[in-house]
Amino acid sequence: MSELVKKSAAELGALIAAGETSAAEVAQAHLDRVAAVDGEVHAFLHVDAEGVLAQARAVDGRRAAGEELGPLAGVPVAHKDVFTTADMPTTAGSKILEGWRPPYDATVTARLRKAGLVILGKTNMDEFAMGSSTENSAYGPTRNPWDLARIPGGSSGGSSAAVAAYEAPLSTGTDTGGSIRQPAAVTGIVGAKPTYGGSSRYGLIAFASSLDTPGPFARNVLDAALLHEAFSGHDPMDSTSVDRPVPPVVEAARRADVAGMTVGVVKEFGGEGYQPGVLARFNEAVELLESLGAKVVEVSCPNFGYAMPAYYLIAPSEASSNLARFDAMRYGLRVGDDGSRSAEEVMALTRAAGFGPEVKRRIMLGTYALSSGYYDAYYGKAQQVRTLISRDFDAAFEQVDVLVSPTTPTTAFPIGERADDPMAMYLADLCTIPSNMTGNAAISVPCGLADEDGLPVGLQIMAPVLGDDRVYRVGAAVERALEDRWGGPLLAQAPELEAK
Amino acid sequence: MSTPTVMKFEQALAKFEPVLGIETHIELGTNSKMFCGCPTAFGAAPNTQVCPVCLGLPGSLPVTNHAAIEGIIKIGLALNCDIVEWCRFARKNYFYPDMPKDYQISQYDEPLCVDGHLDVEVEGETYRIEIERVHMEEDTGKSQHVGGATGRIQGADHSLVDYNRAGIPLVEIVTKPITATGDKAPLVARAYATELRELVRSLGVSDVRMEQGSMRCDVNVSLMPRGAAEWGTRTETKNVNSLRSVERAVRSEIERQAAVLDSGGRIVQETRHFHENTGTTTSGRSKEEAQDYRYFPEPDLVPMAPSREWVEELRATLPELPAARRKRVQQEWNLSELELRDAVNAGAVELIEDTIKAGAAAPAARKWWMNELSRRATEQGVELAELPITPEQVARVQAMVDARELNDKLARKVFEGVLAGEGAPDEVVAARGLKVVSDDGALAAIIDQVIADNADVADKIRAGRVAAAGALVGAVMKASRGQADAGRARELILEKLGAS
Repeated sequence: MSELVKKSAAELGALIAAGETSAAEVAQAHLDRVAAVDGEVHAFLHVDAEGVLAQARAVDGRRAAGEELGPLAGVPVAHKDVFTTADMPTTAGSKILEGWRPPYDATVTARLRKAGLVILGKTNMDEFAMGSSTENSAYGPTRNPWDLARIPGGSSGGSSAAVAAYEAPLSTGTDTGGSIRQPAAVTGIVGAKPTYGGSSRYGLIAFASSLDTPGPFARNVLDAALLHEAFSGHDPMDSTSVDRPVPPVVEAARRADVAGMTVGVVKEFGGEGYQPGVLARFNEAVELLESLGAKVVEVSCPNFGYAMPAYYLIAPSEASSNLARFDAMRYGLRVGDDGSRSAEEVMALTRAAGFGPEVKRRIMLGTYALSSGYYDAYYGKAQQVRTLISRDFDAAFEQVDVLVSPTTPTTAFPIGERADDPMAMYLADLCTIPSNMTGNAAISVPCGLADEDGLPVGLQIMAPVLGDDRVYRVGAAVERALEDRWGGPLLAQAPELEAK
Repeated sequence: MSTPTVMKFEQALAKFEPVLGIETHIELGTNSKMFCGCPTAFGAAPNTQVCPVCLGLPGSLPVTNHAAIEGIIKIGLALNCDIVEWCRFARKNYFYPDMPKDYQISQYDEPLCVDGHLDVEVEGETYRIEIERVHMEEDTGKSQHVGGATGRIQGADHSLVDYNRAGIPLVEIVTKPITATGDKAPLVARAYATELRELVRSLGVSDVRMEQGSMRCDVNVSLMPRGAAEWGTRTETKNVNSLRSVERAVRSEIERQAAVLDSGGRIVQETRHFHENTGTTTSGRSKEEAQDYRYFPEPDLVPMAPSREWVEELRATLPELPAARRKRVQQEWNLSELELRDAVNAGAVELIEDTIKAGAAAPAARKWWMNELSRRATEQGVELAELPITPEQVARVQAMVDARELNDKLARKVFEGVLAGEGAPDEVVAARGLKVVSDDGALAAIIDQVIADNADVADKIRAGRVAAAGALVGAVMKASRGQADAGRARELILEKLGAS
């Protein structure tokens, strides 16, 4: 394994800028790593080695021509297959989009390119981002580099696994109910969910429009902040994007202190259903924050308990509408068009064949929840719950600067264990969903290994809307203190993957 | 399908009182579509004015067209509506091949404009049509069903879809129930559609051309027995593509429903299609198994909150509205009711007014537009305003007539030339050599010849029968191939014959 793949994104960017290596050399090292381990990990759905090297050489050319490039120029990034890419297929993990080549780049994609990042390939995901394990991908599951028999989290499991397996120093994800933070937690890396609207949804294949948020994965907080900064900011193509400056996340990640801050522990997150090893590491992290100078208080958010049921009305409702367009008329899969069937029949056959069971379950849930006569009791009520959760957050943030909780109640579970039990699967997002319901900023940083299974545990840090810098600041402080204690990053304790 | 029997209109009205409701869709004439930057020109090659947004490609997002919102607010204000302070778009979900997203962005329970009215006049009596709501939505694509007898989807071999129309801004104007119109119901419906078209045209926000589909009416009709308190079941007739058809559709539906009710039958709540060739309606989709559109607020767009200042600014830009203009021009031009109605129906009021502004006298301006040019528009099957001639050009021709450089006959030839694309009036006059011969020398030679040829008539004139001069003037005109100045010729003839 080349030493280049162990380096952080910030280091790689600096080495390339200093001329000590080239984007092409860095790209080749990562391509080699992908070739060596991705047969086992299956983080990627699409890697075009030639295309990657061409991108890298183009960045080297831009630098040689004297162009002023950002700190991540030449650094590889693994890109979740939910973002459209004009030069690569985009499937959202679904058979219904197999082979589709979008005619346009998502805003996030375009900004990665503009910043000189080299898109290494498209990463695996739960179909249409619906899931917490990446087992719902139509293209087979991704495996957790810590234990190949376990899930890497989801829906952005390909992105978390790619970074944890040193296939890429950075990756993109989307977080609708925890799809960045939960995979980051169970693979021992950093994953951030920016403020809703802080990063553009244009070209992000929608699951639940009012919740979907693009965000970064990295092996450390500063790298995540650099990637966050590279693709965030107002986009006139997305009406819900926030027309405000990107919060100073990089500066906050460098600052890495909690002096004078008040940290709230969410009382409702803990106890029954939480793995003891997860709670132990979480409690230690809270003590650590106190030892670093933060004031720690317990905060009650009584309505957080309703977040998950409300989420499972709002997200499927929006999804049932967002996924209607996959009707075999203009792109993607078409089944049964033999000249004897009506358009409606072809639509029905295509959707029956093209969507997986979890997607169908959520389309049916959402269709039901929006139906005339049920709307007020379900969708309408769920929106009211959203307001109540917002009030809980507002009240909490009057007392504290950030809230903390475990990112997910358990460590990575074995592949197949929850595949037939949707409710058990949904519980993986119990602690992450409230921030999606209100759109505020959150991050997951590694806080140790659970004693029972030796698997990573994540600490979730939540801040108000547009308080993204706070979660990076606190996350970086925790990271620095823990790495001092561990003598290096948590990921260094992961077993070496055998090259095959 | 059996042909429904009908009851004679007068008889139907003796037994039943009709209640109407009219929903009108108007395509706004904005340069770009409702939610993307695609052009909106009519008649472009199929699927050439499309992009990821109006094709509903995965990942694409809508962005509201400010000019369209301006347009609908102007319509709302002209219809005396309240413009709400806050409202949202909603998704109307249903599957159809010409719907790119399989939902239409529309408005549901929060329309932008509410509670207006429009006064219309029928046979000297004023009817106030109450407006329930005016809301904003996007148009669908256009399906073309190939093969089969009816051009409708039933029986077609295959269908083609043109998405150029998809996403064109569409304003829907819905009346409250129109009652107590009695046997004037068909005329009131037509007068409403006519007045609405005039109103919207005067605002300059749409070309409101029913034959091109930029204005489309759906007509709701129900009957109740005279003296009854409860309204009957209504039908909704679609495909009503001209003002005349609005009147005919109402009349035909009254006659049909009366026959059904009179024979003890019941009216089925359904959509019906109007057929231009027969003037009757046939049954379409039944609404009794009502479509559930699963409306919910569009999460991809932020709410609309037009500021009061902006609304007042727009109100201040409203032009003189048709009713006020009609009153004024009738007085200024000294027109009878009938003359006014003819000018209005021909769409000539503005053209005449602009011609007067360009220097022509009112009677002359009206004469050219209502006679010569109306005739040519009818011949060519186009609207008066579409003739390739401007009011300024008409005024220029009249100026030449006033200066005796042209007579009426020559003026008509100038119009012919201008309409044939031969250039401006002066260019046509020059190119065709259409100057009136008023130069005395040239005329004198012709007159001498005419007197010599018509000695008997000349004698009568010499004997004092001045009226006989007309015959000689006619001969002069003939000899000059219409180019002589008739007035000057007459003066010269009388002078020569000593009768002046």
